[in-house]
Amino acid sequence: MRYLAQRLVRCLILLLGVSLLTFFFLELAPGNYFDEMRLNPQISSGTVAALRAQYGLERSLPVRYFRWLKSVLQGDFGYSFAYNSPAAPLLWVRAKNTLLLTVTAMLLAWLLAVPLGVWSSAHKGRALDRITSGATTGLLAVPDLLFALGFLLLAVRTGWFPTGGIVSVGFETLPFWEKVKDAAAHLTLPVVVLVLGTLPVLVRHVRAAMIEVLDSAFLRASRGHGIPRQRLLFRYALPAAANPLISLFGFSVATLLSAALLVEVVMSWPGLGPFLVEAILARDIYLVIDAVLLSTLFLVLGNFFADLLLYWADQRIRAE
Amino acid sequence: MRQRTKLVLVVAVLLSIHAVVLLAGFFAPYDVEAQHRDLPFAPPMRVRFVDSNGNPHLRPFVYPWSAREGGFGEYAEDRNHPAELRFLVQGKPYTIVGLFTLRVRLFGAENGARVFLMGTDGFGRDLFSRVIYGGQISLLAGLLATAISLLLGLVLGGIAGYYGSWVDDVLMRGTELFLALPWLYLLLAIRAFLPLQVNPSQAFLLLIVVIGAIGWARPARLLRGVVLSARERDFVRAARGFGASDFYLLRRHVLPQTFGVLLTQAAILVPQYILAEVTLSFLGLGVGEPVPSWGSMLGSLQQYHVLSSYWWMFLPGLALVPYLLGYSALAAILHERVKDVFL
Repeated sequence: MRYLAQRLVRCLILLLGVSLLTFFFLELAPGNYFDEMRLNPQISSGTVAALRAQYGLERSLPVRYFRWLKSVLQGDFGYSFAYNSPAAPLLWVRAKNTLLLTVTAMLLAWLLAVPLGVWSSAHKGRALDRITSGATTGLLAVPDLLFALGFLLLAVRTGWFPTGGIVSVGFETLPFWEKVKDAAAHLTLPVVVLVLGTLPVLVRHVRAAMIEVLDSAFLRASRGHGIPRQRLLFRYALPAAANPLISLFGFSVATLLSAALLVEVVMSWPGLGPFLVEAILARDIYLVIDAVLLSTLFLVLGNFFADLLLYWADQRIRAE
Repeated sequence: MRQRTKLVLVVAVLLSIHAVVLLAGFFAPYDVEAQHRDLPFAPPMRVRFVDSNGNPHLRPFVYPWSAREGGFGEYAEDRNHPAELRFLVQGKPYTIVGLFTLRVRLFGAENGARVFLMGTDGFGRDLFSRVIYGGQISLLAGLLATAISLLLGLVLGGIAGYYGSWVDDVLMRGTELFLALPWLYLLLAIRAFLPLQVNPSQAFLLLIVVIGAIGWARPARLLRGVVLSARERDFVRAARGFGASDFYLLRRHVLPQTFGVLLTQAAILVPQYILAEVTLSFLGLGVGEPVPSWGSMLGSLQQYHVLSSYWWMFLPGLALVPYLLGYSALAAILHERVKDVFL
């Protein structure tokens, strides 16, 4: 239990550090949301000054940081100038969409990567293994941006898939199964792109971890005892190779989040990605900070989940 | 031995594809900003050896585009005027690396006919030429940003590893912070605090500094490890015993041991940073018009009509693939070699 508590405290400190870092970086930025207003002859300088004062932009940096921190604790997460509303409700809608996308892609990628990696490690050096490693090398050289644009191009030219958004117009009026089909059709392309982007790295790691275990003495002994191959691979070797893979699971959240940002922008998926880019261009700083912080939170949660899994999977950690 | 030939081969391929971009003026038939206003969004031309009557030709040729009657922006092949391709033709003068002025270009069409291997963009600029020139920005950004990252990593990692104690602790907590953030979010956030409207050369500088500054954490951690172990080697301790200064020890004994890791990291970072430049420029936060970069050229695909009607605007993206493949092959080979040396 102490292990988990330690991890939790570390996560919190990390989040605080990230928030400090982004906050101070962004506060150094030249220009803010109200600068555009100042250029507008119809808005008097008095009004701009009053607005700045109202949002506390005249106060010193630490004061603003603590005010922001307070509003995070109150559940508002700062204030969006562009939307003229507290940031939290705006963020949750987008964050939910990002989560839907990344969690689906994550599950699919791992469900494919584990059997593929185990399979090619069992056929090490033979044709099957060569084909998989060739394919992973090829996939690694194609950036996510190209996959996203390429699939979008395909969708536009063939009309097989919808080309943006999360549901079609008139989604509310559809019967239940049509709703599911519609949402799945919208989800397909972004998920495929993300899976293609993360799969090669995962397959490589699974293969490497498995090969190490397959060479070990205990496994050769079990093979000598005549344990069937399938059972040997999945019941004996895979659990022994699980530790580095669980850690990798935590890390893969980070790469997936970055990839998702880009895919969301390209495929107009209404998640955190396009929201962040928009906020940057509008100098809506609290939204930028919140979006970065939220992405870090997802990542930290992913790592924490990996720690939990490790705790469950590895006797040695529990014994400590 | 086989590994060595592989290394030589990969390096040779990488050098030659970089040379294409460096000598852009020679390989590109047109200048970056040369506009053919009568041919906006012309599709790629097919290089042919057999004409429409089925007669084979000795030299490759293309059919020029002519605007189709009554249609806006639609083109038809002008089958009556095939234009043969000539190699090493005299064209408009260009400079190479700002040093030499030359006129000879790799290829061009005869009699002043125009050739667009990858089609043209909305201003009628030859996409093929722009892809080659665009590589200059994208590759240079990747290389310079890598240099910044490695330098920062070397200095900070070296300090952490060599001096240890609280400096080490502080720096390592810093790397954890940087490694914990999803890099694209971090990149965007830091880009956000810099001015948005800047001219292309300032944008380029900002870009490489931002990209380079973000990536210092991983090389710093690796180099710290190398320095830490180097410091305890017997010959280094012996040198210290003879009264060598810190600076001498670092320069003479510790630094040379980091080369393997530095090289491997470079091969890993360069393609990542090329992609980072492409991504930022794609989002409109990097180098913008009229200077071409692979990212900003792909950015035009964000407009729906470009995406739906002009598929060849996707081609600049494919230019990335050989570079990424080359660097990943290099990184794999270097990694093996460094592992052999250190273990």
